[in-house]
Amino acid sequence: MLKLSLAKLNDLFAAVSAGCTLYLPVDDPSSGRANYRKWTEGAELSRALNTVRSAKDFFFPQTENLVDFKMKGKEIEIIDPRSEQEDFVVFGVRACDARSFSILDRVFLTEPADTYYQSRREHGIVVTMACTRPEETCFCQSFGIDPTHPEGDVSCWMDEENLYLSVNTEKGKKFAELAGGLLEEGGEDAVKAQQEDVSALMKKLPLANFSTGKFGGDVLMKAFDSPKWKELSESCLGCGTCTFVCPTCQCYDIRDFDTGNGVTRFRCWDSCMYSDFTLMASGNPRTSQLERFRQRFMHKLVYFPANNDGIYGCVGCGRCLSKCPISMNIVKVAKSLEGEL
Amino acid sequence: MNNETLIPKIGVVTDIRVDTPDIKTFRVVGLDGKKVFEHVPGQCAMLSIPGVGEAMFSITSSPTLEEYMEFSIKKCGCLTSWLHAMDVGQQITIRGPYGNGFPVDTDFKGKDLLFVAGGVGLAPLHSVINYCRAKRESYGRIRIVYGSRSKDDLLDYQEILNEWMADPNIEVNLTIDREQEGWDGHVGFVPNFVKELNPDVGMTVVLCGPPVMIKFTLQGLKELGFQETQVYTTMELRMKCGVGKCGRCNIGSKYVCKDGPVFRFDQLDELPNEY
Repeated sequence: MLKLSLAKLNDLFAAVSAGCTLYLPVDDPSSGRANYRKWTEGAELSRALNTVRSAKDFFFPQTENLVDFKMKGKEIEIIDPRSEQEDFVVFGVRACDARSFSILDRVFLTEPADTYYQSRREHGIVVTMACTRPEETCFCQSFGIDPTHPEGDVSCWMDEENLYLSVNTEKGKKFAELAGGLLEEGGEDAVKAQQEDVSALMKKLPLANFSTGKFGGDVLMKAFDSPKWKELSESCLGCGTCTFVCPTCQCYDIRDFDTGNGVTRFRCWDSCMYSDFTLMASGNPRTSQLERFRQRFMHKLVYFPANNDGIYGCVGCGRCLSKCPISMNIVKVAKSLEGEL
Repeated sequence: MNNETLIPKIGVVTDIRVDTPDIKTFRVVGLDGKKVFEHVPGQCAMLSIPGVGEAMFSITSSPTLEEYMEFSIKKCGCLTSWLHAMDVGQQITIRGPYGNGFPVDTDFKGKDLLFVAGGVGLAPLHSVINYCRAKRESYGRIRIVYGSRSKDDLLDYQEILNEWMADPNIEVNLTIDREQEGWDGHVGFVPNFVKELNPDVGMTVVLCGPPVMIKFTLQGLKELGFQETQVYTTMELRMKCGVGKCGRCNIGSKYVCKDGPVFRFDQLDELPNEY
């Protein structure tokens, strides 16, 4: 275990930043909300529990260019627009978001691997931060995630005085090397004490006993045919907010943009909650919001685990609980359906 | 760039055949004049015109055809309208092959095969039929039932007349929906025609066509004593990536682009009816 006085936190960021690009959660001065920003001198690490947007952008950005085309008469030229990916550090990732990366890996790194995602994963150094003040919307523990001991290339803990670091991987060593002489040995006792305190707090959270254990591939048609979907989906606006803030939602669209000097083909996040998601020239297999709503939750609770060793497509970050305009969320859906399984 | 799934290759359209009033067949080769990739019958490819769109099409030609690939495409949307407006020599982009294809070298081997197609539904079956014809000794009886709205809407009609019907080793039954001048063949819908023909219940069936035709043909086959485990079909859903990641063609725990597009009806029974 290594440690660093919080008085030197800015020095740490400056040292890491000198070696590679560093991103960390920063409070927006106008809204007060936290989101990831590139570190520049003076930027302060947010003390918020989590960022509004998840950390998935770092590996699966909201939009990215896939390929460029130059058209000349009947001829087409194909250009790969990518430049060499450089190492970067994402600092302060919470345990829930860190787990979401391994869920996204199951999609994007399954053969044939998505090379856009893959190169970012290879070059991204994930430095996680243990939680000290979990909120009532948190339920990561339902998925076996321990927020007092987050996964990552480096795991960190913070108290009033110090930052404590545990280097877990080769990539993590690179981070420690960038920090250079700033880090000193020690801090095991302080971390252990904090872990015990927070673990006790976790047991008191309102969703501490929430479980999705009844879901999975075995109940596919039973869950699909449940009459509950009607009342659950009735007020859904189909806005897609849940999808966009979700760290594990990974559906995407591919579209072409005429740049005036050729065509750029890009991909961007999409949502199965949208009516044109499955629209074809010949029709649409999911015409109602009920069907689209059902697709999203069935995918997370049933289809994804059916294909991924029982792992659910949710990490309990609670973003959809706090952001849905009609207060619908995966917890309500799972609780409502589980009685029928 | 060979491992890139989302970056396409260039295809050159070397021939365009007008098949029906709304279906054209496009012959495609790579820039080197050869086939862009190898495939198995029933697999698909993503074709695109940059700036217009990209979509999944079944590869109509048999893999036994060594020089080129063909795609029979019905004009029904934005991209297909653009494809129909192309001239020979136009370059398009192509990537693939995608999907599982028909089990021509496993489950189909040694079986009596009944192909039932309606309209442009012949396009994906064309590849299997010609593959089986090329490897005729590997299969038992081959019987084809094909129907369309009218004689003019029969896909590959010249090839059917000149090659399939002239082939003594396969049996071809055509039908059109309504009486038409110059047509002395069968008139009526495919599902009823299949029942009238009363095929041997031991046959393995490959069925593709409009949803309503599939529904009633399957029903008719069941009445004749066929099991769902004997009947295969190929599906289409909106697709973007082709490799099971973009989420569009997800039905239940399956992705049509990689787990399909070929399914047996007993496999479809285990999936939500969202197709």
